[in-house]
Amino acid sequence: MPDLSVDFAGIKSPNPFWLASAPPTNSGEQVMRAFDAGWGGAVWKTLGDPIVNISSRLGSIDYTGQRMMGLTNIELITDRPLDVNLREITEVKKRYPGHALIVSLMVESRDDWVTLIKRSEDTGADGLELNFGCPHGMCERGMGSAVGQEPKVLEELVHWVMDAASIPVIAKLTPNITDVTEPAEAACRANVTALSLINTLQSIIGVDLDRLVPLPRVGDVSSHGGFCGPAVKPIALRMLAQLSRDPQVTVPVSGIGGIADWRDAAEFLALGATTVQVCTAVMHYGYRIVGELIDGLDAYLAEKRMDKVSDLVGAAVPAFKEWGELDLNYHVVAQIDADKCIGCQLCHVACHDGAHQCIHLPGTKAIPGNIAPMAEIAAQKAAESDGDSPYRVPWVDETECVGCNLCELVCPVENCITMVERRRAPEVDTWNDRVASGRDYVPGGLRELEKG
Amino acid sequence: MTKTAYPLSPDRLETKFSDKYPPYDLGEALAESNRCLYCFDAPCVHACPTSIDIPTFIKKIASGNVRGSAKTILSANLLGESCARVCPVEVLCEGDCVYTTWGRTPISIGRLQRYATENGARYVELERKHATGKSIGLVGAGPASLACAGRLALLGHEAVIYEKGTLPGGLNTTGVAPYKMPADEVLHEVEFIGSLGVKIETGVEVGKDISADELLEKHDAVFLGPGLGEDSQMDALARDTAGVLGAVEWIRRMKTDPKMSLDSVRHAAVIGGGNTALDAARELAQLGVEHVRLVYRRSEAEMRGYGHEWTQAKKEGVVLVPNAIVKEVVSQNGTVNSLALVRARNGKPTDHELDEIRTDLVIVAIGQARLLELVNMFPGVECDGRGHIVADEETGVTGNPLIFAAGDACNGGKEVVNAVAEGQRAATAIDAMLMGSDSGGKNA
Repeated sequence: MPDLSVDFAGIKSPNPFWLASAPPTNSGEQVMRAFDAGWGGAVWKTLGDPIVNISSRLGSIDYTGQRMMGLTNIELITDRPLDVNLREITEVKKRYPGHALIVSLMVESRDDWVTLIKRSEDTGADGLELNFGCPHGMCERGMGSAVGQEPKVLEELVHWVMDAASIPVIAKLTPNITDVTEPAEAACRANVTALSLINTLQSIIGVDLDRLVPLPRVGDVSSHGGFCGPAVKPIALRMLAQLSRDPQVTVPVSGIGGIADWRDAAEFLALGATTVQVCTAVMHYGYRIVGELIDGLDAYLAEKRMDKVSDLVGAAVPAFKEWGELDLNYHVVAQIDADKCIGCQLCHVACHDGAHQCIHLPGTKAIPGNIAPMAEIAAQKAAESDGDSPYRVPWVDETECVGCNLCELVCPVENCITMVERRRAPEVDTWNDRVASGRDYVPGGLRELEKG
Repeated sequence: MTKTAYPLSPDRLETKFSDKYPPYDLGEALAESNRCLYCFDAPCVHACPTSIDIPTFIKKIASGNVRGSAKTILSANLLGESCARVCPVEVLCEGDCVYTTWGRTPISIGRLQRYATENGARYVELERKHATGKSIGLVGAGPASLACAGRLALLGHEAVIYEKGTLPGGLNTTGVAPYKMPADEVLHEVEFIGSLGVKIETGVEVGKDISADELLEKHDAVFLGPGLGEDSQMDALARDTAGVLGAVEWIRRMKTDPKMSLDSVRHAAVIGGGNTALDAARELAQLGVEHVRLVYRRSEAEMRGYGHEWTQAKKEGVVLVPNAIVKEVVSQNGTVNSLALVRARNGKPTDHELDEIRTDLVIVAIGQARLLELVNMFPGVECDGRGHIVADEETGVTGNPLIFAAGDACNGGKEVVNAVAEGQRAATAIDAMLMGSDSGGKNA
């Protein structure tokens, strides 16, 4: 049975599943219930100077009936008294010594940072997480993402923290930035122990079309919020992978962003996260989802003959390349399994209107000379079928197919459309190869062409 | 009970039924509509006689555009509300849903259509052309005439329906199984057709209150949508015996006559094997009659009624007496007591006598008479050998170029949706004939 325990920058955790700093980690009572449910660690809801929260605070985007594809919030850091939080953190750590307990912090002045770090360390917590990500409310006061967006400020601030701290320090980064490697490298230069990302994305989740007020509504107005949940996962994965392959980023990373099941978690681990943090899925379904995360990851590691989580960490990073490194001779074409096809013809309309016009309706003729092995069979079956149950399986013109995947993506039937490899040539040929050997042009190449 | 201008007693037997499928609430409609794959050139549309753009109306429900959804439906089918409830969707749109092909539960198109029309129809304004000054008289107020008249009114013509009975709606009002759609709700839909500008004159019988010649004189064209006639006679059966009723009459009285009661009925026999027989048998069983038998002259496999209806009937306790023909209705003091049966081979009687079956009520569902008498009043209009009015399938035009016909009277008794499709096609053809265009008939 695989070992799920992890060592994250010296912080021991029974599994890689942590709760992110958010409403699910607001109080000791909650965090203890989460640990009882199976969570390996928790990052406490951010401590800082007293704030006042507003109402309402959350808004969500639904998609074709599925609730909370994405969630936005305009809640600030903890609104509980600092003494109460610190007392509860101390108590939780005492009762759960084997779990990872991290305290998230966000203050403004150096003195405040030093004071809060000392008081947090006195709780016995395993580490600190610096909230450089909150993109709403707190950033208007010069904190949160206001720091995360200014690498120089961030570097300075991490220096202050590292001078004061004696336990591991994680800098949590904002995705609301052009190049996330800049703040990550800045934090590493200041000797941060670890990184975590992503915090939420600046967003307006929607507009109340009756009142004409953005959502979530506070009286007759609103403000932008921080977006999270399943919809942000692809953005988080890419930023994580960027850090994982950056040689200047030498510290472990905790991955955050839309993780809802073990597959999501495994993908983050494969792209270099040592632990993952979850929030929206718990806000939706409760702490109990961790059982599925543990069970699913355990089974996956066993199936792949991996003994421990670290075997998976970063396993997909070498395969994350720049576009110029991709093989232009690799080529796939769509194939439709006529036995599985249910005749919805979504592949046809998607290809015809949204791609490259190579999936055709049965009964139409192929362009002479093009590779379209199913065209004639489809025509024959269409001719044989009667009006009551016409033959509706489309066919692929393999010569015209660019291998974009769109048909496979829209097909509702599992494994009905598969992309089959049809290499253009045996040798690998990338754009970078072509430019290096003078067969293609570098940026500005069009002007070169015009000059002849 | 939905309030309409038409009188219906609240004490009808029909009111004891509840909906076979209760209406969707918003959440259910959203969940179901989001399941729709939005097929290209969708098979469900091809399966609908009125070619409703089903994927489009379903997507409009999903996006919260119920008014637009209802408009999509009503633009293709003016009786979209009753079709949503009485259509045999199992053999039409839902039967051809790709989910069915896939071995999964098809989209509940009928229930979604009901949701859209019930919640959106009242907001729909269909485009009405300027008045043309032309007038069309329509005979009978059933689905074919209502659909034809509604379409004619939208095309700017005056449309006047003459109905001999007191209630409009035809078999939709008097013949539809009450667990599918009760009469009051049908009459509400009739009022929607009225709101399009259609005039409905009830209690006016052609040949008695108005002659065919008068009709042709008053109107620029005439449409015949009389449906089929009363229940067919059955020689062996004493129709005068109390407790023996034709199926059409029984269903009509169950739905509209407060004097109709089943208090003394424990045993009932329905004679026939078609959809009307199945409806009557299921209604009796659901109303609490303990023993309901279906006496059919052929085998179970040969029954003409829909398989899904027969499956439900069996679940409700209806028992089939196959290969049996009634030899005699045995009565006591003028009231039916039992049925004497003989065995049938290939649908024909033999000498082999079967056990008598006890019964307090006999419902005869072996078809409806034709309307030769009515048809003969109109010059140039003819019936075929089966008693159906001869009319062009595409346009509904009869042997008289000014007279059109559609619905059960022509097709011998199909679904409401077929009558609607035919009636609407006839409207397009009448419009083309009156307005001098030759493009009539297609894409009605």
